[in-house]
Amino acid sequence: MSQPTMIHRYRWYELVGIYAGLLLFLTFILAPFVEGFLVSLKPLALLFSSPYRFWPENGSLAAYRTMWVSVPGFARYIFNSFFISTIITAAVLLLVVPSAYAFARFKFRGSGALLAAFLAVNMFSGAVLLIPLFRLMRSFGVLNTYFAMIVPGVAFLIPSAIWLLRTYMMRIPRELDEAAFVDGASHFYTLRRVILPIAMPGIAVVAITTFIGSYAQQFIFALTFNSKTEYMPLPIGLYAYFGRQEVVWNELMAASFVGIAPAVIVIFFLQRYLVSGLTAGAVKQ
Amino acid sequence: MSVRRSTLIFAWILLLPAVLYVTVIVAYPLLDTFILSFTDASLKKTTNWVGAANYEKIFNGTFAEVIIRTFVWTAFSVALKMIIGTFGAVMLNAAVPGRALFRVLTMPPWIVPMAIGIFMWGWMYNGQFGMISGLLQNWGLIDGPVAFLAHGSTAFWATIVTDVWIGVPMVTLYMLASMQAVPQDLYEAAWTDGAGRFYRFRRITLPLLVPAMITMSMLSLIATFNSFDIIWILTQGGPNGDTTTMIIDTYRTAIGSKRYGEGAARAVLICIFLSIFCIAYFRVTHRLASEEHR
Repeated sequence: MSQPTMIHRYRWYELVGIYAGLLLFLTFILAPFVEGFLVSLKPLALLFSSPYRFWPENGSLAAYRTMWVSVPGFARYIFNSFFISTIITAAVLLLVVPSAYAFARFKFRGSGALLAAFLAVNMFSGAVLLIPLFRLMRSFGVLNTYFAMIVPGVAFLIPSAIWLLRTYMMRIPRELDEAAFVDGASHFYTLRRVILPIAMPGIAVVAITTFIGSYAQQFIFALTFNSKTEYMPLPIGLYAYFGRQEVVWNELMAASFVGIAPAVIVIFFLQRYLVSGLTAGAVKQ
Repeated sequence: MSVRRSTLIFAWILLLPAVLYVTVIVAYPLLDTFILSFTDASLKKTTNWVGAANYEKIFNGTFAEVIIRTFVWTAFSVALKMIIGTFGAVMLNAAVPGRALFRVLTMPPWIVPMAIGIFMWGWMYNGQFGMISGLLQNWGLIDGPVAFLAHGSTAFWATIVTDVWIGVPMVTLYMLASMQAVPQDLYEAAWTDGAGRFYRFRRITLPLLVPAMITMSMLSLIATFNSFDIIWILTQGGPNGDTTTMIIDTYRTAIGSKRYGEGAARAVLICIFLSIFCIAYFRVTHRLASEEHR
């Protein structure tokens, strides 16, 4: 009992070294957020003045009020981001849950190659396939609609979702399926009534990571396939703060923080699931 | 479970929706890119076959330079991501008070919308009013303001730093998970034998971490090679094309100038490089897996 605690006891200089290392590392990670937040508190006159001052003297939360006035569509952009991510997540789950089960349970000729082909999709970003995707969206007639961002978005989130969920489902004991078969249940019944309930935590993790992924990566399809203001997601909508003369930086940063608040809340409550979701690939298959 | 006919049919019914979807949205566009690359497709009504003319044009132009720049940019970015990411993981792996909080604080760059993080860096790089130039001047490290995104060499590094910043959390969390998967009894056995902390790290942790490091660097290589948002938002490939990577050049040609055929030829080259990385990745992970089972 005493061993594991003894082994973790640090000498004072080791502790100093670790905390110094953590400080250095987290400074790099968090500096842009700290600076972004301070900028959101500074009046424009202070922002555009020399010499540089780190702390916002006479700072205020004014930008968090005025941002809604100068870009009236801002709430719509946040709604669009959420809407697009929700539809994408639902579509990914519908496509991925059955196929992840198939990959986890059935070995047949070509199943390994098919799984590899799915994973290979991960290697190509939307940017590489932009030209044909543009033509495809045009022939579907969905340019300048939500679908222009949803349809390609789904495809590029499928591979890692399949991988994650397959890993999870492989840990569900096969005996459960077999017992259901012996009782005369059909394949479909087994999947719906035996496997799905047990796999729910795994499905939840996949849903969260997919949602976060699509929320974080809405840029290139929205930039290229949609030009209608009313459908723009948050990242593109933020360009509205880039005025003709100068960027309204304090409002841009305030709007950014309002926009990332949902993500931060999600991290705070769900970080345990996120980490387990991300690291599912790291744990031995 | 034996593969009976009905089982096989069931498996394919389950797979079909996802397979069809990816075929239409990814596989078909790949093929279309390849076909387009041999045409002069543009906004014109008519499209003609031009054979390999697009490829000849690419190699007569500055594209060779772009390819080299892409590889240099990617190499530095991946190396820094791995070094900083692993460093962070080692620090977070120490059993010190507050590490649960520190682990959460690592995540934001990875989880917030990429564009927002990039806007923040864009402001920090501002020469007149940004934090980096401002603090360096306040501390007397540079004489006058440095507009990091306005000069070729600083813009090159600035885009790398931002790319590293976005990529580090994933490396850190992945490496951290791999470190925590190392069996505790190995450490305890070494500790009983009187091995110090650094010795244990060098002789147990590091060797067992090598497979995860290789896997992560290859994944990171592929993601970095595809990196678009960061450079596009910060510099759009400028100044004077000094941050123009293959993806940026493709986007400019195809979407900016609407020269679809020439853009497609560039995209095909990117796909060839990506396929090579992809094959290497599968071979390496396969090898690592089979070594583990021995």
